[in-house]
Amino acid sequence: MSSVTSKIQLTNLFIYLLAFTSGFSIMCVELLAGRILAPFFGSSVHIWGSIITVFMLSLSIGYLLGGKLSTRSVSLTRYGMIFIVAGITLLPIVTSSQSLMEIIFLAIEDSRYGSLLASTVLFFIPTIILGMLSPYSVRLLVKDSNESGQVAGKLYFVSTLGSAIGTIVTSFYFVMWFDINTIVLSVSLILTLLGLITIIVNKVTTIVATVNHTEVKHA
Amino acid sequence: MLNCSIKLTLLVTTLLLIITLQNATAKVVHSERSLYRNIIVEDKGDLRCLKFNVKTTKTRQSCLYKSQPQQLVFNYTKQLLTALLVNPQPARILIIGLGGGTMSNTLHQLFPHSYIDNVEIDESVIKVARQYFGFLENSQIKTYSQDGRVFVKRALLKKQAYDWIILDAFNGDYIPEHLMTAEFLEEINTLLSPEGILTANTFSSSKLYGYESATYKKIFGDFYQVTNANNNNRIILAQKDGFTIANLIKDDQSMVSNMKLSKKLANIGVDNQSLYLNIKFTGDYQDWNDDSVILTDQFSPANLLNLESD
Repeated sequence: MSSVTSKIQLTNLFIYLLAFTSGFSIMCVELLAGRILAPFFGSSVHIWGSIITVFMLSLSIGYLLGGKLSTRSVSLTRYGMIFIVAGITLLPIVTSSQSLMEIIFLAIEDSRYGSLLASTVLFFIPTIILGMLSPYSVRLLVKDSNESGQVAGKLYFVSTLGSAIGTIVTSFYFVMWFDINTIVLSVSLILTLLGLITIIVNKVTTIVATVNHTEVKHA
Repeated sequence: MLNCSIKLTLLVTTLLLIITLQNATAKVVHSERSLYRNIIVEDKGDLRCLKFNVKTTKTRQSCLYKSQPQQLVFNYTKQLLTALLVNPQPARILIIGLGGGTMSNTLHQLFPHSYIDNVEIDESVIKVARQYFGFLENSQIKTYSQDGRVFVKRALLKKQAYDWIILDAFNGDYIPEHLMTAEFLEEINTLLSPEGILTANTFSSSKLYGYESATYKKIFGDFYQVTNANNNNRIILAQKDGFTIANLIKDDQSMVSNMKLSKKLANIGVDNQSLYLNIKFTGDYQDWNDDSVILTDQFSPANLLNLESD
């Protein structure tokens, strides 16, 4: 029995770690967004207006979708899948942001709407996916409704702490040490890797659990 | 009687002292908080200055003498005119970073037939320049409230070209990092007319120095720079597709014959010959490491580098 609780605690800890990483990734990318857009749309105040609008909007949609997704056959495997998709959808920022921004720059003269469209094209989808993780994590962690508020509180704490640390580490150090593409690519790789680990760990524990279960039955 | 005259002298000197003191203390004529910074217009006797921040000593300012608005007050503004030693007749001029608009006014006076485009990100700075610094605009002098990088990119699309680009967008507090990168300098290089000149008013201290210098060299090859020992700014003077070593020397001789220009320069308080002082060619004298990393759109931590002393 005690080994089961400790296993559950370990899984929960892992979920919190994942939530921390998603919070970290969101703000790391948001901070870099200003740098990515500047060569084409400048650094006027409205550039940040565009970026923050797009991030807030996509997070809000992500929360909604993540909550919805968590109502049907919730599993760690699906949770891991969301991470992998988030990692993959970040890739166009590295591979095609230049050509995409060039097209938008040519099509739209007003840098307000240009930057709004560019941030939408580059950041809308990955941020929606990353936003889906929070409500899904709550669903995975909550075991009875009494503790749901506390779990949600803890989760917001962990993921927002991740955001804070993602912001400061990126702006103070990462931009000094690495190219923007290297940072975004690393975030993408880490998210994908964590997603894969989640799926594998889940597979292994289910197999072990089934084996244990059958052993107990046979005994 | 003697006592009385002493008293009188005392009174007069006190009055004189008060007047001089009043002249010396700065009076804030206008102050506002714009979207980007604090803007302060200050009068100190005959001198009127535009300041972007009160506290820092690093802050660059734009000043004029109210009685002689065409005289250039600061060394660095005079040093920007070194571009004329290479190209004495610029027909199309682009100024990125308006300040009080004094540079634009002076250049219009020097070259009444030239076209001048001013680009300034901060709408409030443009208003202040018009209202307090007599910034002149007409059919030849235009102002664009826009980010410098965006203006340059759009100008390239319209196939425009400038004989002289003045980059004066670094006021010391916050550096627009996208105006420091190799990609931006390449865009500037393309925007210059054949033999066009770039003068950039920029930094000479901090760790940024080496990075910035290496970036300019990467795009323009060797360049001239004017530094001032008691100042933490420097002027970079670069030519489209790079200088050859003889450029300035050759033009020096043509300048001496060009008495008209040196007379013009004298009118605005600039001694033609003094422009040659403190000017160094990086081909002869390079004071940064050859292995310095260059700044790019991917890597441009200019503000962080500027915090670290070299």
